[in-house]
Amino acid sequence: MAKRLDLKDVDIYYGSFQAVDGVTLSIPPNSVTAFIGPSGCGKSTVLRALNRMHEVVPGARVEGEVLLDGEDIYAPNVDPVSVRRTIGMVFQRPNPFPTMSIRDNVVAGLKLQGVKNKKVLDEVAERSLRGANLWNEVKDRLNKPGGSLSGGQQQRLCIARAIAVQPEVLLMDEPCSALDPISTLAIEDLIANLKKQYTIVIVTHNMQQAARVSDQTAFFNLRATGEPGRLVEIGDTEKVFSTPTEKATEDYISGRFG
Amino acid sequence: MTDLPVTGGPAGAGDTGVVRGLPVTATIPEGHVRMPDTGPPPAPPPDEPAGATSSRRGDRLFRWLVTGSGAFVVALIGAIGLFLLVQAIPSVLVDQDNFLLSRNFDTEDPANLRFGILDLLLVTVEVSVFALVLAMPVGLGIALFLTQYAPPRLARPFGYLIDVLAAVPSIIFGLWGILVLAPVLEPVAGWLQAHLGGFFLFAPGNSGIAGATVFTAGIVLAVMILPIITSITREVFERTPRTHVEAALALGATRWEVIRIAVLPFGRSGYISASMLGLGRALGETIALTIILAGVQTPFSGSLFDGGATFASKIALSFAELNNDLSAGAYIAAGLVLFVLTFAVNALARAVIARSGAVA
Ligand SMILES: Nc1ncnc2c1ncn2[C@@H]1O[C@H](COP(=O)(O)OP(=O)(O)O)[C@@H](O)[C@H]1O
Ligand SMILES: [Mg+2]
Repeated sequence: MAKRLDLKDVDIYYGSFQAVDGVTLSIPPNSVTAFIGPSGCGKSTVLRALNRMHEVVPGARVEGEVLLDGEDIYAPNVDPVSVRRTIGMVFQRPNPFPTMSIRDNVVAGLKLQGVKNKKVLDEVAERSLRGANLWNEVKDRLNKPGGSLSGGQQQRLCIARAIAVQPEVLLMDEPCSALDPISTLAIEDLIANLKKQYTIVIVTHNMQQAARVSDQTAFFNLRATGEPGRLVEIGDTEKVFSTPTEKATEDYISGRFG
Repeated sequence: MTDLPVTGGPAGAGDTGVVRGLPVTATIPEGHVRMPDTGPPPAPPPDEPAGATSSRRGDRLFRWLVTGSGAFVVALIGAIGLFLLVQAIPSVLVDQDNFLLSRNFDTEDPANLRFGILDLLLVTVEVSVFALVLAMPVGLGIALFLTQYAPPRLARPFGYLIDVLAAVPSIIFGLWGILVLAPVLEPVAGWLQAHLGGFFLFAPGNSGIAGATVFTAGIVLAVMILPIITSITREVFERTPRTHVEAALALGATRWEVIRIAVLPFGRSGYISASMLGLGRALGETIALTIILAGVQTPFSGSLFDGGATFASKIALSFAELNNDLSAGAYIAAGLVLFVLTFAVNALARAVIARSGAVA
């Protein structure tokens, strides 16, 4: 199920402002890729270009190629809605639908795809909640609103919701930045498990987290303020953290960074 | 009246904030007082205590001011209510008919008053509910169009246009209704009576004047309350949290599905209370209905093609000619019932808002 992603010379714009310049990188299937870099360098922007969420901002556009197993997701005949069904996303702040029950939150995506069979939905809800390490905590209150959970639980609920539709790629934008350390650990464990089934891209500005969870790391940076962000280097996480090829990467990960 | 409903919703929400904020600001001066008390005054700069005192005095003055104006409004409303009751009760006591159940409203002879509010109530409720049934879906549609579909370049002028509709005087709506709309509606009314006449709403009515019916009046009222419903609903929809919308989009929701799972659940209570405000406006609308509705001698049958009078239009039509307190009291009593009805609708709207606020 997991698929690979290839970016070829991707430029990303917000109206006339170019936020990202010339990103080329490959994300192999069943791997975890971490995007690191100072804030404002375009990590979220690149991530959101991978499932065509970028273009929901008025005036925003992407140039270059984003290939999912070789097929350009920006080809004219491709429906962004179907891209987003294939490439799931977890956001920085947990965003369950507040009025929906926990169960309905998990199966919201399936319902959108037209699945109505209650038994199927219940099964998927349980499987996804187990997959997100949340089942034991919520199995007795599946009909309570999603907003009634703690922040860490809500984020795992959002992960359950994203994997319920069995996407091929899972994108996570700083999924732990609003969470306490215990919830963060729970989610990092979860990511290690999810890798077996999905291709994962995670934005984080926690260097230890990148080192713990990812197979490869991409470091983004700005050449100067006001300039577009760009990919400085990408490689095996171990290598990037021990012997980076670029000086800027070394400065950033060692904390010597202006 | 024109733009009051537009600001009504947000102001209502803001009100509680102000009220809640008051005790907080009220505690600050206490802190100022206590702080110097705890330690010996460490030779403060000479102008600081003066500044603190004057701000404290200003604070107290402000508190008196707001408390005073609050009390004044309550007293004023109480006085008005009392006045109306004092005027109404003697008339209701000498009423020869049942005040709640009679369909007459005969106040010619103060010694022999025969009046009841049943027909007024039925006409008022039917015309208002009919207007609401028409305006609610249209208002929802416009609000969704403006917030979700229209390009911003179009949405803004279109939104202004709707707001301008709220500024058109009622009398213009009344004249437009009877002179322009009524003739246009005639064929529609004829068709409804011919094909659906078996159902009481569409039965041939008692209005002697073509188009001077509840049907025409309800449609005009619908247009009149549309701006209230639309602009409040639009504002609520605009505030749908970005995170909910993106959550839906990221699951592969189409535009309509985003509306269904993110926008509508968030905005539903706002939409309902906007509609209730619209209903409140419709219940009290006077001059347009006075112009449109034909006066009739026969009781209200429930048909949309009846004439008749609402509370407000009845009072407006008759009040000027009254020359004694007892007859006047009959109309005041009817007005009180309208007040209670409107109050109940508003209370309902507030309850809806409060309940949804607790959930969110
Ligand atoms: N919705 C937006 N509209 C305009 N500019 C944006 C928007 N979102 C982000 N940007 C700009 O794009 C650049 C990259 O932002 P972002 O991708 O959020 O950075 P990061 O996630 O690395 O902190 C920044 O200069 C930011 O100001
Ligand atoms: Mg970001």
